[in-house]
Amino acid sequence: MTETKELVKKLADKYGRARESLMPILQGVIEEERFVSSEAMTEIARELDIASAEVYGTATFYSFLDTQPRGKYVIRVCKTITCDMHGKKKVIEKIEDLLKIKLGETTQDKKFTLLTTNCLGWCHQGPVMLINSTPYPSLDENKVTEIIMDYMSK
Amino acid sequence: MHLLVCGGTGCKASASDAIVETLKKEVAANNLENEVQVILTGCFGFCEKGPIVKVLPDNTFYTQVKPEDAAEIVKEHLVKGRKVARLLYTDPTKNEHISDSKHMGFYRKQIRIALRNCGFINPESIDEYIARDGYQAIGKALAELNPQQTIDIIKKSGLRGRGGGGFPTGLKWEIASKNAADQKYVVCNADEGDPGAFMDRSILEGDPHSVIEAMAICGYCIGATKGLVYIRAEYPLAIQRLKVAISQAREYGLLGKDILGSGFDFDIELRYGAGAFVCGEETSLIHSMEGLRGEPTVKPPFPAESGYMGKPTNVNNVETFANVPVIVLKGADWYSSIGTEKSKGTKVFALAGKINNVGLIEVPMGITLREVIFEIGGGIKNGKKFKAVQTGGPSGGCLTEKHLDTPIDFDNLIAAGSMMGSGGMIVMDEDDCMVAVAKFYLDFTVEESCGKCSPCRIGNKRLFELLEKITKGEGTMEDLDRLRNLSHVIKDTALCGLGQTSPNPVLSTLDNFYHEYLAHVNDRKCPAGQCKSLMQYVVDAEACVGCTACARNCPVNAISGERKKPHEIDTAICIKCGACIEKCKFNAISIQ
Repeated sequence: MTETKELVKKLADKYGRARESLMPILQGVIEEERFVSSEAMTEIARELDIASAEVYGTATFYSFLDTQPRGKYVIRVCKTITCDMHGKKKVIEKIEDLLKIKLGETTQDKKFTLLTTNCLGWCHQGPVMLINSTPYPSLDENKVTEIIMDYMSK
Repeated sequence: MHLLVCGGTGCKASASDAIVETLKKEVAANNLENEVQVILTGCFGFCEKGPIVKVLPDNTFYTQVKPEDAAEIVKEHLVKGRKVARLLYTDPTKNEHISDSKHMGFYRKQIRIALRNCGFINPESIDEYIARDGYQAIGKALAELNPQQTIDIIKKSGLRGRGGGGFPTGLKWEIASKNAADQKYVVCNADEGDPGAFMDRSILEGDPHSVIEAMAICGYCIGATKGLVYIRAEYPLAIQRLKVAISQAREYGLLGKDILGSGFDFDIELRYGAGAFVCGEETSLIHSMEGLRGEPTVKPPFPAESGYMGKPTNVNNVETFANVPVIVLKGADWYSSIGTEKSKGTKVFALAGKINNVGLIEVPMGITLREVIFEIGGGIKNGKKFKAVQTGGPSGGCLTEKHLDTPIDFDNLIAAGSMMGSGGMIVMDEDDCMVAVAKFYLDFTVEESCGKCSPCRIGNKRLFELLEKITKGEGTMEDLDRLRNLSHVIKDTALCGLGQTSPNPVLSTLDNFYHEYLAHVNDRKCPAGQCKSLMQYVVDAEACVGCTACARNCPVNAISGERKKPHEIDTAICIKCGACIEKCKFNAISIQ
């Protein structure tokens, strides 16, 4: 069995094989593999006994269920209004500079992907970014450098 | 004595864990363990000056505390009885220290019902919640009231949904209770996503038991045994505290089978969102939990008839639930004595943007915007002029100077062209361009539109394009008419609440700031100086000393000039990145 196949089976055993188990399974795949590959979608469809188009339909609807390959650490910077007022642009530029990638890209070593996202609910402490599922509020150029350097050495 | 340390995510990010630890060490070093308790609480709301340490019973409010300050607080305040003046909150208008938090402008006008325990108790201790009358309301309902009597209390209290729509909560429960089925569900909507709103996260981080208790009460009222919390996966601290609270409640027999020996069963599960704003709409949320695309469906049927898995389902948001236990305990008359005629009780608002005291506040309905912004919020940052406040997120509109004295409630906000929404307030000052603000919200809506109905999917895209054209200085007067007409078409024809309200930011800025639109269209100017395409960078020849710093830092070599002589910017090459302004030490470059 391939790794993905095994993962999907494990997740289906854990969350069940009913239609409402689909979201937790997709989220479980993201947690392990950072994106839902077409192999994963076909496997999920087989386990849940639904059409793979259905799995595709649900997976592509949600912005955090990526269907493109992503790095080990997915960075999402909030681009909504208050984070913009408080300097999100500089934070993004700093990250681009540190990782030598542009917004939307993944580093060569597949370690980081840089994306933007809509409101993360940190409007009092923007700019904020999410790395996988951990939020980092009150960013400035120094703070974001410290955080990214820390992840780079992981 | 109690030392309360804010453990909201904001303060936690700035070392509140370390503060608790050092405070505990210092307390022990001074042999005060039996006298003083150090507690990590939920958010105090005053996030602007975090981390916060509050001393009870004298309400001393220390701001921007660092772990190094712990020794001084313990030695001076606790041992010698002298407050540490340098850490006290300073009133910016009078420039004096305020030691008692009750006298701070930020707290004076607040009435905290939904936030009653936030900042008072350790959210991970069920005993502390119980000590503040927690789980008494479910006890009262199970022992003394039948479901209908409990619903009547909620109905009579006048509580309306705090997630945006403002539907009467008691009525919603009654409809769900009357629909017979073998299984019903109680759903808590914690999929907060409005730009500017973070109250649900704070309540779940600061007082998760209040939501659990309220869901159980709701379950008892409508006859449901299962509760589901749909929460954003990006709220890790809220999720963790909710999980701890659920397992504690199970341990104490307050969730699970035969609660308090009454024969009533109720338990709660968590479900996680995956980054789709539209899932805050209740039918979308239900579809998402069913493993489908989070698209809304036409109501009726309402979830109260056919919701999760086709069964009667009652969906309320976090803040609505947080009000319920107090209402059941203190009674409908007490609750309805607060607020205005049609909007009872209090509302939590999240203050963000260009305001001095950003944070979370809870005020009685009917308070004026002036009180919220200038008294509680401490006015506009850096002494700038107030321009507008956006309420209700992408579904709302902006309120301006002329609305400052309007009492805030559900109906007045709608009359003023905005809406309550979930309670986010983003404050704008003179430097914010209102056309750009409208464009911002439309950009959000275009991205978050689920795409099911064409007015929202295509209409909002067209609105966005028109706004973009205007901010580039390419707009015409016909475009302004088109904006208005298309907005009305979308409002009339979109499928769900989100689509129907999505043009509000456009309409409300057209109504209140038409002159700014005209300036963009007729004069090709952005009065606030925010729209890049309409700006020009100019060197003031008198102020420029010819240091060449700007020319050396210009990424496109648009600046020329000899050393020690005034420089010039070639506007045809300039990309308006702002690097020159940043490097100029003589303030010789300005945007015109």
